[in-house]
Amino acid sequence: MRIFDPHIHMTSRTTDDYEAMYAAGVRAVTEPAFWLGQPRTSVGSFCDYFDGLLGWERFRAGQFGIRHHCAIALNPKEANDPRCVEVLDVLPRYLAKDGVVAVGEVGFDSMTADEEKAFTHQLQLAAEHDLPVLVHTPHRDKAAGTRRTLDLVAESGLPPERVLVDHLNELTVRMVAESGCWMGFSIYPDTKMDEHRMVAILREYGLEKMIVNSAADWGRSDPLKTAKTGQAMLDDGFGAADVDRVLWRNPVEFYGQSGRLLIDDAGADGADGADPAATFQGNSVLRGQRPTGTEEG
Amino acid sequence: MSTREARSAPDLDATASRRLDELVQELADDPRRISTIFPAVARRVARGPADPDDPDGVKRPRLEDQARTALLAALASMWADDPERFTHELAQLYRYGDADEKRAVLRALSALDTGAGMSAVSLPLVEDALRTNDVRLVAAAMGPYGARHLDPDSWRQGVLKCLFVGVPLDAVAELGARADTELARMVADYCRERAAAGRSMPADAWRVLDRFGELGRDLRTAGTAPGVSGTEAATTGRET
Repeated sequence: MRIFDPHIHMTSRTTDDYEAMYAAGVRAVTEPAFWLGQPRTSVGSFCDYFDGLLGWERFRAGQFGIRHHCAIALNPKEANDPRCVEVLDVLPRYLAKDGVVAVGEVGFDSMTADEEKAFTHQLQLAAEHDLPVLVHTPHRDKAAGTRRTLDLVAESGLPPERVLVDHLNELTVRMVAESGCWMGFSIYPDTKMDEHRMVAILREYGLEKMIVNSAADWGRSDPLKTAKTGQAMLDDGFGAADVDRVLWRNPVEFYGQSGRLLIDDAGADGADGADPAATFQGNSVLRGQRPTGTEEG
Repeated sequence: MSTREARSAPDLDATASRRLDELVQELADDPRRISTIFPAVARRVARGPADPDDPDGVKRPRLEDQARTALLAALASMWADDPERFTHELAQLYRYGDADEKRAVLRALSALDTGAGMSAVSLPLVEDALRTNDVRLVAAAMGPYGARHLDPDSWRQGVLKCLFVGVPLDAVAELGARADTELARMVADYCRERAAAGRSMPADAWRVLDRFGELGRDLRTAGTAPGVSGTEAATTGRET
């Protein structure tokens, strides 16, 4: 089983996690920028965090055989703090960098006017920088927040296939499926979604545009939930190719729209003898310009 | 490609040169766009070593470093009537750069070395790079610009750091001209410390010690074999 965890906050995890993830088949991740638990109070604090995602965390992941990408954004929660909003002015520098494969996490937390302003602005930045978008949906008033999210995406003019709407559940998946956006599910020990409910959703809605992540962070969470969902799929009668589609090919297809994935040989031990090169063909400008297959980005 | 670009980026092939020309044109249309063009250079122009035997670009700048140097040289001439604006942006590119971009700024400094105003901005960048344990940045910091401008104490510490983190001394510009007895003493002490811990000394240490025979004599007579350098700090980044 080869796994691309499309949403995980490795900054909050240990090297034991990296080792266990690698052993479970994780070969690539995307770490979206988010809230750190402790509120930030300045733009400089964001910049150091972004630098860490692009620098130290990519290096650390590489030590364990895992390709690390990131998404960069002002998160919804801190979009409400005027001391943090100015970070929007430095985002263009970061959105131009190699290994930045999306704008995210953006979206709503408490559905405030400030959140909506930051969200709309960052949808524009995604269009300008030719990047897909990872959208967080709120934990409270989720259905209304998801509906408003889809309205703003439609108004932005971004093609829905460049938008991933995350943290969905049984009550929000249908409206996202109908919108044409990608559907993300965070598999958690207690909250959000569990692997068996996830399998039932895959049975009902199919595998197209379906994304499964662990969203593991500094709270109670499990970086192996992607692998456990893959196992639950197999136990339910899905084939290995189905698991490979959900856990590897779908996230590669979504983030590959950036042209900036750093994977080339990372999935070489894939399921079913699938040719990983075929999966990435044309997705990565970066890959095309490398004289060798071993260059680190 | 202009003569100046060709001088900055001698190893680009025709396709890469054409792409670089396009970026220079985009920059000419609006020089402020350097903040987003500069990070995109590797994927839009070229990426890789200029010399296959030098994959990290320690001795000869990598293709993307050459292209970024050409862009910075072009920007400097576009803003020739406002050098402070240029040096401010140069510092910003370093501040917001990832390791590849920072390395490119450091590599470019020698070509942009135009006077005191420049040094006030660029020497702190070199000093910042020498505070890291990133071998790519340390190597670039010890290039021609560092050799020309670092004070003796900082320069010697830089050489010692190269031995410590595993940067080959080939990366150190003007090593023969600037090495002195104080550097040799520091290198000899470092090697004694490693010998006391039962660890091998970096082979490159002899490139300094051989020039100051007295200082390293006990290391030879003690039979301390030159060997693999202590690169653990570089690969784990744990030591600070």
